[in-house]
Amino acid sequence: MELFSLGIRSIFIDNMVFAYFLGMCSFLAVSKKVSTALGLGAAVIFVLTITVPLNWLLNEFVLKEGALAFAGASFAAVDLSFLRFIMFIAIIAAMVQLVEMVVEKFAPALYGALGIFLPLIAVNCAILGGSLFMAQRDYTLAEATVYGFGSGTGFFLAIVALAAIREKLKYSHVPNGLKGLGITMLLTGLMGIAFMSFMGIDL
Amino acid sequence: MSTETAEKVLEEKKDVEAFLSKRRKKLITDPLVDDNPITIQVLGICSALAVTTQLQPTMIMALSVIFVIVMSNLVISLLRNKIPSRVRIIVQLAIVATLVTLVNEVLKAFAYDMYKELSVFVGLIITNCIVMGRLEAYAMGNKPYDSILDGFGSGLGYSWIILAVAFFRELLGSGSLFGVPVYDAISGLIGEDFNLATNGLMVSPVGAFIILGLIIWVQRSKTGYVEH
Repeated sequence: MELFSLGIRSIFIDNMVFAYFLGMCSFLAVSKKVSTALGLGAAVIFVLTITVPLNWLLNEFVLKEGALAFAGASFAAVDLSFLRFIMFIAIIAAMVQLVEMVVEKFAPALYGALGIFLPLIAVNCAILGGSLFMAQRDYTLAEATVYGFGSGTGFFLAIVALAAIREKLKYSHVPNGLKGLGITMLLTGLMGIAFMSFMGIDL
Repeated sequence: MSTETAEKVLEEKKDVEAFLSKRRKKLITDPLVDDNPITIQVLGICSALAVTTQLQPTMIMALSVIFVIVMSNLVISLLRNKIPSRVRIIVQLAIVATLVTLVNEVLKAFAYDMYKELSVFVGLIITNCIVMGRLEAYAMGNKPYDSILDGFGSGLGYSWIILAVAFFRELLGSGSLFGVPVYDAISGLIGEDFNLATNGLMVSPVGAFIILGLIIWVQRSKTGYVEH
């Protein structure tokens, strides 16, 4: 039940895009068409669900203060948490590469759909942000997995919704200076207000 | 052989002459308005908006980003002929991550309050698209000194936009600037009856989106840039 509420919270209330501004670059750049937005959103869910638990393992058994105690008493006081950034990003970049190769080999159809988005994802703030929040909030392994999946789903919902609105927006008359990025920021703001109503939910 | 050396001399001479030439000045001034990384190129919005509720952390964030862009541009530019192009993204990420770790440790040691307030967003400079974008687009193909200037220009272009956003968000949302209560001072001057209400929406993420949208509108109307 706690896991369920964590999932709901990470999808709606602590939404990656509307509450923490993460993944904004690809959120704005790849939201012109619903079909591409679907592809990117699915790739983000996929990668977040894999990398957050993996980074949890790394953090728990290598990086945390005292995590290396199992390797011998002399390691018990070692604190490697300053290496967090570089290790997390290395794991993410490596995983993205690996996932890309595996998908290409075993699921060519999926690769066709997700392929071009996978390399983009290595430098998506939402992915690194998910891992950093996980480390900061001291989740357990199960919580980390649910959190990864939930925040990916939150991003998916946000980008698909925005893409749908932008497709309709093509037929409306927008002032010249506001075209493109400007109106998209205002739209995101309005969507953020809608998502704020989820804050009242008590879980 | 002789023409080659002559060319080389000429090239060196040009470099010496052009220490702050027109072209190099353009490297700094272009990203400020005409080719601004945030409002025109749509980069680096990720980690920028979250810290802009107050001016002070925004200032720290801006300085950190300038430091990281300039230094990573320098390092990549020095290494540009040695990096195999297949693994360049990983190399770039490793260098940027090292620099960001440095910034993070310095903040932790000398400005712990700021470190707590910025929390994960310092780490997210790693994935700031401006940094990666400049490395890919400029530092991989240009000389170190030019790359430093280019990084500095982009850093400044990013900084003034986030400072502008923070100015409005802090003033309208908390009624203060750099932590100094402006609204209270104004109502103190005019009289207690004159009460300025703060807007809670400005403190929330929604305020950041709307303020940035409006800044982009003003800025693009001035430069005449139209996106299609």
